[in-house]
Amino acid sequence: MDTPTVVRPKISAKHVGKIYDTADGPFVAVQDFSLDVAEGEFVCIVGPSGCGKSTFLRMAAGLESISSGSINIEAAPDSDKPANSVVFQEYAVFPWKTVIENVSFGLQMRGISEKERTQVARYWLDRVGLTKFANYYPHQISGGMKQRVSIIRALANDPEVLLMDEPLGALDAQTRVVLQEELLRIWEETRKTVLYITHSLEEAVLLGDRVVLMSAQPGGILDIYHIDLPRPRSFETTTLARFSEYRALIWEKLSAEVTRAMEMQE
Amino acid sequence: MTQQTGVSAFRHDANRRTIVLMGLSVVLTHLLLLVSGAWFAFAWPAIGMSFIMLVLICERIGRLVPASQRNLYERSLALGFPTVVLSVWQLGGDLGLINRIWFPPPSEIGKALWSVTVNYDRFSETSLLGRPWLIPSAYQEGGFSGVGTLLSESHLLATVMRVFSGFVLGAIPGIFVGVVMGLNQTVRLMLDTTLSAVYVLPKIAIFPIVMLMFADPFGEGPKIVVVALSVFILMAINTMAGVRQIDPVFLMAGRNYGAGHWQMLRHVILPGAMPVIFAGLRIALGTAMIVVISVEFLRAKQGVGFMTFYYWEVLVPEKMYAGLVVVMAMGILFTATLYWLQKRLMPWRK
Repeated sequence: MDTPTVVRPKISAKHVGKIYDTADGPFVAVQDFSLDVAEGEFVCIVGPSGCGKSTFLRMAAGLESISSGSINIEAAPDSDKPANSVVFQEYAVFPWKTVIENVSFGLQMRGISEKERTQVARYWLDRVGLTKFANYYPHQISGGMKQRVSIIRALANDPEVLLMDEPLGALDAQTRVVLQEELLRIWEETRKTVLYITHSLEEAVLLGDRVVLMSAQPGGILDIYHIDLPRPRSFETTTLARFSEYRALIWEKLSAEVTRAMEMQE
Repeated sequence: MTQQTGVSAFRHDANRRTIVLMGLSVVLTHLLLLVSGAWFAFAWPAIGMSFIMLVLICERIGRLVPASQRNLYERSLALGFPTVVLSVWQLGGDLGLINRIWFPPPSEIGKALWSVTVNYDRFSETSLLGRPWLIPSAYQEGGFSGVGTLLSESHLLATVMRVFSGFVLGAIPGIFVGVVMGLNQTVRLMLDTTLSAVYVLPKIAIFPIVMLMFADPFGEGPKIVVVALSVFILMAINTMAGVRQIDPVFLMAGRNYGAGHWQMLRHVILPGAMPVIFAGLRIALGTAMIVVISVEFLRAKQGVGFMTFYYWEVLVPEKMYAGLVVVMAMGILFTATLYWLQKRLMPWRK
């Protein structure tokens, strides 16, 4: 398998497995999943729906137990940063908190003073152009804005790694493109280590340094592709010939896997 | 464009014509019946028909009302309908269609309400409000305890105290148990069936048992506890449902962003369950009123329920009705308070 030798991987998953105990007997969701992510690397995971990619992310986030193997997130010894922050799908923005309260939520939970966390939240709101909406409630802003709030809620928390679980999946096509560009811009400036789950192959090729293709039932790594496209990237990148080549190359294998997964569900 | 406005203008004219025709038909029916001398014989069918026509007319008017006047129209309907019903009741009483003794018209009930408010009932040693205008003289004579003695004769205050104490004593533990049941499967499995069984039990039926638990079975204790019990069960069930309907992604987000147990409760679980908790509080309020009034019917020396039943027993129906009016007014007041509280506690909902 194509696993590059990294000196000190930021995220190191070794032979990770996940078995659910169901009434019909054990169900293997993820099997022998090994992946190293380097510091500052942007890794995208694609695969057919139900392949266990979200399960893997939740295990990495510590939100779900690991049945076998291990996932380690490397942190500096004296760091008080949280190991990871997850960007969930659209509705994970708390409807009962204002935009600024949502953005400073992680800092508040860690006991940072109100003055300091407001300052940090304001900085991030300003960077995505939401300053005006600081005191709005989520139901008063659009889906795209909500997802911006969700993303900067994670960034304001300044985690060691950013885990993103289909963050743009619920948005319409146009908003999605705008947010992809925004995400690229912010990542270019912060160079966070990112693990990014998506069901859109275009999105994976556009954003990722590497694209991990997962197989379905049990979920495991089918292939890993290095995306050697120039940075900084933008929507223009999608017009490059190389972009189309990568997409076609990965799609060939992904489509076969999607078909197989669909047949298995029947 | 011109054609469209033409069509809608035509529709408006047609609506106006229909409204006038319907109105005329109501008036004509009553006139014809009066002239032929058969009005009294057919009064109720005629009134029933008039009500149906009224609904149809208001419906047509609703189609003509411009959007800017919509609010006024809706308020007029909401307040207009009870006004019409009360007027018909009044007229029916005045014209002899309704027995004034058992169904006294609103004017009589109004007078009775005024009478129980300003007068002291020597026999039951009570009054509706506790004669607040006597507070200054009572204070001069006996200080604060004098005022207390004076207000202890109040029916309204007695009922409000029972509902309020019972509500608070039931709601707070109820919400707490509901949260635990919502979060912990073991507790939920253990309590769910039991609570469902006690839930359908009429609380008034366990009042005797509650009385046995107290040294003074006729005091305030059992009355407050029976209210608290019914509120508790409703709030436990509703809060559990509220906690269970929280999208798991919010719980995951809370945990991932480092919330501890209390922070989860305060920042995620309680606000997440709040809409359902408030829906539960509204139902619990209605139940608390039912229970307190029934308990006062059964065994009390004062209270709005006692007053209502007392005037039934001594055969002063208009004062009994006055008691019912007070109960309804309390219902409106309590519900408004709950709405106010809801607005304060859930600013994210408009």
